[in-house]
Amino acid sequence: MSSGIESQVLQPYKYGFVTDIESETVPPGLSEDVIRLISEKKGEPAWMLDWRLKAYRNWLKMPEPHWPNVQYGPIDYQAISYYAAPKQRPKLDSLDQVDPKLLETFEKLGIPIEERKRLAGVAVDAVFDSVSVATTFREELKKHGVIFCAISEAIREYPELVQQYLGSVVPYNDNFFAALNSAVFTDGSFVYVPKGVRCPMELSTYFRINAASTGQFERTLIIADDASHVSYLEGCSAPVRDENQLHAAVVELVALDRATIKYSTIQNWYPGDEEGRGGIYNFVTKRGACRGRGSKISWTQVETGSAITWKYPGCILQGDDSIGEFYSVAVTNHRQQADTGTKMIHMGKNTRSTIVSKGISAGRGQNTYRGLVKILKGAEQARNYSQCDSMLIGDRCGAHTFPYIDVRNSTATMEHEASTSKIGEDQIFYAKQRGLSAEDAVSMIVNGFCKEVFKELPMEFAVEAQRLLGISLEGSVG
Amino acid sequence: MSKHPLLQVKNLHASAEGREILKGVDLTVNTGEVHAIMGPNGSGKSTLAQVLAGHPAYTVLAGTATYEGKDLLAMKPEERARAGVFLAFQYPVEIRGITNSYFLRSALNALRRERGEAELDPIDFLQFLEQKLKAIGWDDSMMNRPVNEGFSGGEKKRNEILQLAVLEPRLAILDETDSGLDIDALKTVAETVNKLRSPDRSFLIVTHYQRLLNYITPDVVHVLADGRIVKSGGPELARELESRGYDWLRDGVMVS
Repeated sequence: MSSGIESQVLQPYKYGFVTDIESETVPPGLSEDVIRLISEKKGEPAWMLDWRLKAYRNWLKMPEPHWPNVQYGPIDYQAISYYAAPKQRPKLDSLDQVDPKLLETFEKLGIPIEERKRLAGVAVDAVFDSVSVATTFREELKKHGVIFCAISEAIREYPELVQQYLGSVVPYNDNFFAALNSAVFTDGSFVYVPKGVRCPMELSTYFRINAASTGQFERTLIIADDASHVSYLEGCSAPVRDENQLHAAVVELVALDRATIKYSTIQNWYPGDEEGRGGIYNFVTKRGACRGRGSKISWTQVETGSAITWKYPGCILQGDDSIGEFYSVAVTNHRQQADTGTKMIHMGKNTRSTIVSKGISAGRGQNTYRGLVKILKGAEQARNYSQCDSMLIGDRCGAHTFPYIDVRNSTATMEHEASTSKIGEDQIFYAKQRGLSAEDAVSMIVNGFCKEVFKELPMEFAVEAQRLLGISLEGSVG
Repeated sequence: MSKHPLLQVKNLHASAEGREILKGVDLTVNTGEVHAIMGPNGSGKSTLAQVLAGHPAYTVLAGTATYEGKDLLAMKPEERARAGVFLAFQYPVEIRGITNSYFLRSALNALRRERGEAELDPIDFLQFLEQKLKAIGWDDSMMNRPVNEGFSGGEKKRNEILQLAVLEPRLAILDETDSGLDIDALKTVAETVNKLRSPDRSFLIVTHYQRLLNYITPDVVHVLADGRIVKSGGPELARELESRGYDWLRDGVMVS
């Protein structure tokens, strides 16, 4: 019955162009000198360099983790360039001085950063290779006391805030890739929302890898002070290249008393071709700390790109009555592999967490959900609800689920639901019989499957996510 | 409007999983006519319906099917649908997370695009839907539920008829729509089909039992046995089958 269900045609990745721009790239290789050079280029204070070096020395002693359910050849860390930046005049006074080629690049990606074309209600930080090239609506945000800038700038301008919180959720020696990131991170976004402020617009960072043979190591730090609220979204893409490129990011979120952080990701790194050549290794550490009472952190991710995805955005629920949420759609088509899920660590009383994971596998894709729900001794009356649904398209792909549950307090309530379904020929035939094309039929079935996650995305991006899903699965059904 | 053939099937042979099920079906359905296909279990009734709609699990071995003068068998399932061929499924499938209303609007717009008509936005569609529902005397309670998800067997069958009413096909094939319906639901479905009868719409009603035909009077009744149409007649044939069963016909096949 399933013979005609998949005709593997090349998936057209629509963001695979290369921007022809002169860039300054540090020669491949990693050493203390390279780290000193990066720190110097960023004009960093001594404490930052010390922290980087500490991370680097730890990293040297750490083994690369191989427990994820993914397979890839050895990574040569000395063959990667750790810094690439487009050449431009230093110290830009305004966006008008940004290289038109960069503006054009982001516009092509649907992220207009020029004043007159900006997305209404969304402030954007545009990161190109290792540097932030522009951040929009900064003045507008400043009026509300909201700081939104490149992290390299925050290190210079707001050193106390950065020093207080950087590494406080993901320590420099947390894991192999987080340690590497701590040593060599180049740019990323910094957000601080002051007490009682509801950030008046969506904040968004768009990451673009352009240069060949470079890694991207961005670092994002978001702090929501008491009773504040912020919604942040990140997007990303990269050119089509035959080599694998490493992307090892760290994201740290801190929510203080009654603060809410909503963090959404639309991950669309180059996934490699249908035979698995090229593509990004997306090895990312994302964690949020609900430090304050009644605080809330909500992760929503739509992972359609990357050759390999390895990430577990989690929440440490320290404050009493705090809430952690994780909503995920992960798609693996062709030879893509994903090992993703979440960690919910319940420490405070009456803490609640919700996990909704939707994995879609097509082609020869392998999709793993891995999640940990841990209820510590002091977490009275903690509650967790987990739902893991897998969908298979065709019969050469795989779906795997590894839910870890560790409960040390008997008052906890845990619920876990899991399902696996297969898009059948009958389902597609039904839709075709009503006049829909195969692509529309699959897109509809998949979007219906992901609905619970998409409804968590900010409106402007929900549409984008649905469209992206259609593209990622193109060619997976005949 | 004078009658002319909408669907002409000649010597149709088809198989599934290597087994020949249709062994030379001949059938002509004129515009505006209602044909009933009856026959014992395993005679190939549902296969005929699925083959006409283009289900990929069936392989056409020989013969032709001409629809509106075109080679129906050369068309993809979605092209057949857009040309006005509708199949009310015996086992309608569920589509999680997608409302009936969204599904139906997408289907209608696919048909409208084909006809060169403007697509309907959600608001226009609601108005359009309201008219259609009014015409058949149904309410919109099923529209905001996910397609067939959590529907009872009867609701699924009713939903098929609702889609038929909205998509307004030229050839409606009903595959055992009556099975699993209680008498009230059967009457509702039959009444709706009667309301949808028109000089430029034909029906091919596949059924095992005569009871649906108590409410829908067909123009022609065919008996399918062992992959062939072995007898055709008027509505009285259905009643004869009801009282005599199928065995006498099967014997006839063996004699001829």
